[in-house]
Amino acid sequence: MNEPLEPMSDDELHAFVDGQLDAGRVQSVLAWLQANADDAARVVQWQAQRLQLRQVARTMELGDSPPALTDVVLRAAGGARRRAAWQQAAAAVLLLAVGVTGGRWWGQGGSPVAPPAMAASPSFVREAVLAHAVFVPEKRHAVEVAASDEAHLVQWLSRRLGTALKVPSLADHGYRLLGGRLLPGEGAPRAQFMYENEQGVRVTLFVAVFGPGQAPAQTSFRSVRDGARESFYWVEDRFGYALSAELSAPDLQALARDVYAQLAR
Amino acid sequence: MGVEQTLGHIPALRRYARLLTGDATRADDLVQDTLERACVKWSLWKPGSALRSWLLALMHNLYVNQLRDWRHDDNHAALEDAPEPAHEPLSLAAERMELLQALAALPPPMREVLLLVTVEEYTYAEAAKILDVPVGTVMSRLHRARERLRELMIDPAQAPRTVPLQLVKR
Repeated sequence: MNEPLEPMSDDELHAFVDGQLDAGRVQSVLAWLQANADDAARVVQWQAQRLQLRQVARTMELGDSPPALTDVVLRAAGGARRRAAWQQAAAAVLLLAVGVTGGRWWGQGGSPVAPPAMAASPSFVREAVLAHAVFVPEKRHAVEVAASDEAHLVQWLSRRLGTALKVPSLADHGYRLLGGRLLPGEGAPRAQFMYENEQGVRVTLFVAVFGPGQAPAQTSFRSVRDGARESFYWVEDRFGYALSAELSAPDLQALARDVYAQLAR
Repeated sequence: MGVEQTLGHIPALRRYARLLTGDATRADDLVQDTLERACVKWSLWKPGSALRSWLLALMHNLYVNQLRDWRHDDNHAALEDAPEPAHEPLSLAAERMELLQALAALPPPMREVLLLVTVEEYTYAEAAKILDVPVGTVMSRLHRARERLRELMIDPAQAPRTVPLQLVKR
């Protein structure tokens, strides 16, 4: 109790404040601070600075990320390594959850059959799930072209995908079209349309247009789950569609059936 | 794994850059430069190593180069556009403004160390690696940063005012 205390280095006082001090030294530092009011006052102020800075950082209003930031990365991914990068990134997103929850096949009766290996789903589906995960959380920049300019949106995306696109309406289900964006895909651009209901639930429709002989063979109505996200997809002629949302499978299936019917019309 | 892994780090990079530069636009420009650099240098990243640290090291180099280019003025905006949410009590807003102004008044090398250690919670060794300096340098910068901040918070008049500041209390 009365033995003289060894002077404490500033380094150890900082380590104490930052929680980086060896556990065995904590008692010595506390004893030193009890005996040295000046150091104790400094340490208390350092501690207060630390807490204040962390508080400021935590509560800072940053707003949405400017699209330019994600675009930098997505453009790079869409370059020479487009194919591998998209597949790997999509796989990474899916691995987070699909490995655990698995997917389901939907037979003609609309009931789940056997879960498919995620790797077995066409690559456009993985692109769709990744694009959904990246853009749905965006508040102000969720879409590139807003639905207020729907004619331009459809014309622009049709031109870039090389064929006339149709945008189904989900108004009967309470979802309004927010707009759309152009995305890099495996060997060709893709289109993503986003819808939102009054509760803020967002649904994306991902459209791939395949060149001759490039369309995946599967054409049935299928679903895959990635965590809370459900995706229904189907391939018809040269078109691949994936509808994704954080909805229950039956809810999303109702939307998917409507989309399917409108697009087939 | 591709460069898309960086997408998940964007919010953290923006927050860090915002505190580092004190300006929303400059911060996002710095983040964009960092991401561009990351895309170009992607093959140099060692999979399995900490991606955030690697990105922060890239950002540090870009930031240092910017400071070199603008040698006469560290160009740290004094957060004149710092948001003050309406629900925030006035006293808290004022306190926050004082802290941000004091942070802005620190020399950039001290600010970097302080942010990496306190906000980003890196160990001293990790911060040293990101900044490419010895641990001893991190410790001395950290010490000077904290002491300087203490003086500034006690007497804000000591802060050099490079940009006209909006008075929030007095």
